[in-house]
Order: sequence, then C-alpha cells, then structure tokens
Amino acid sequence: MTWWWVCLGAAVGAPLRYLTDRAVQRRLGAGLPWGTLVVNVAGSLLLGLVTGVAGQQTGDGALVAGVGIGLCGAFTTYSTFAYETWQLVEDGAAASAALNVLVSVLAGVAAAALGLVIGQLL
Amino acid sequence: MARRAGQHDGAQVALLAVIALGGAIGAVARHAASLMLPVASGDWPWATLLVNLTGSALIGVLLVHVTARPGRHRLLRSFLGIGVLGGYTTFSTYAVDAVTLVAEGRPVLALGYLAVTAVGAVLAVAVAVAVTKAFGRTGRGSQ
Repeated sequence: MTWWWVCLGAAVGAPLRYLTDRAVQRRLGAGLPWGTLVVNVAGSLLLGLVTGVAGQQTGDGALVAGVGIGLCGAFTTYSTFAYETWQLVEDGAAASAALNVLVSVLAGVAAAALGLVIGQLL
Repeated sequence: MARRAGQHDGAQVALLAVIALGGAIGAVARHAASLMLPVASGDWPWATLLVNLTGSALIGVLLVHVTARPGRHRLLRSFLGIGVLGGYTTFSTYAVDAVTLVAEGRPVLALGYLAVTAVGAVLAVAVAVAVTKAFGRTGRGSQ
C-alpha cells in the first residue's frame, strides 16, 4: 500500500505546487521566485507537522506515505529552486540569488521546526 | 473574470493531469532511492542529497533543450520539469532532515548538509547547462 499512498499524495502535491506557484507569482511578481519559496516553506511546515504527529512509528499508511512522502515531497521542489537561483546568477543578480537561498533555507528550516514542535504537542 | 472557452479548460485539465502523473512517477523514484540508501538516525541524509543533486542537474539539461526550441512540446516539458523532476526532488524532507539532525545533537552536520545541498544543487544546474549547451553546439556543428 505504501507505494500507492506515495503515488496518490504526489499526484495531488505536484499539480497543487503548479497552481500555488502561479497564483503567488501573479500576486508578488518578479524579483525573487516567490512561488517556489512559498510552496517550499509551506510544505516544510506540513512535513514537520506530519513527522511530529507520526513520532517514532514507522509509517507506511496514509499519513506518512501519502501526506509526508507523497504530498509534501511532490508539493515542494529542489530542482526548480536550484534552477531559479542559477537563473538569478546568470541574469547578474547574484545578491538576489544569495538572498533566495538564504531566505528559502532559513524559512524552510524554521517552518519544519515549528511543524515538528506543534506536531509533537498534538 | 469571465470563463473562457471549453478548449482552454480542456488544455488546463490536460496540463494538470500530466503534472500529476509526472509527480507520482518522480515521487516513486525518490521513495525507491530512500529505500536503497537507508540512513541511520544521526547520519548524513545521502538519499535526499543524491535525489536533489541529480534532479537539479536533470532540470538544467531539460531547460536548455526547452530554451533551444521554445513553444514546442509544452505538455511534455511540464510533465518532465514540473511533474517528474518536481516530484522527484524535495525541499520538505531536506528541511525536516536538518531539523532532525539538530534534535539528535548534530548541529554542525545539519549546517553542513544544508549548505552542501544548496551550493551543490545550484552548481549541478550550472554544470549541466554548460555541458548540455556544449554538446548541442558540437551536434549542430557536425551536421
């Protein structure tokens, strides 16, 4: 069942990332790749929450495999994050590229930590 | 905003469907990698690093091909770029892995992991783009 949960979660997460990215990008516009930043931070918060709630149980059910590995994994992306950062460097905006990495990593890790703490309390 | 013609909706549904399918394929490949490279608690997350570096290199290759032929195969490149590679790579596991390492008393390892993945992924894109472009030139030159 684990594989099906991963598939199902990812089949929801990937299109959701595309739609969220576009909606955010339309509102906040260029400068930094805000769409990717938002999905990565939101997905990190959710995976932290799932990991906190699941605790030590080795999950192969809906929560860990479906929501954690499938949905959160496919909702967030490293390839687009890396590509957009490289593009900023190519466009001569090295400072924006560095800022994108710094903000994404700091906010993503803080969101994951917050999710874990809340999840463990639940 | 007024709804546009049915053709537009159909195209949007097809786009979301190929992204969903690609995302599922990518996520299965990522999960397989994590099972093949199991990581003990407190250890360097090799599987996630490998997935994120290879996925970043592959998106570099893909987007060079897309830029060379704009407008062609929109569904295919959304399937591969947004779907497969987006589903294959992950930021959430990267962030949670780092927090877990800190919680396990390995803050230096966590910082190193965060930095190596970020710098490595951007370098992977740069190298993949350069190599793909070089091959593209040789290919065209020999024709």
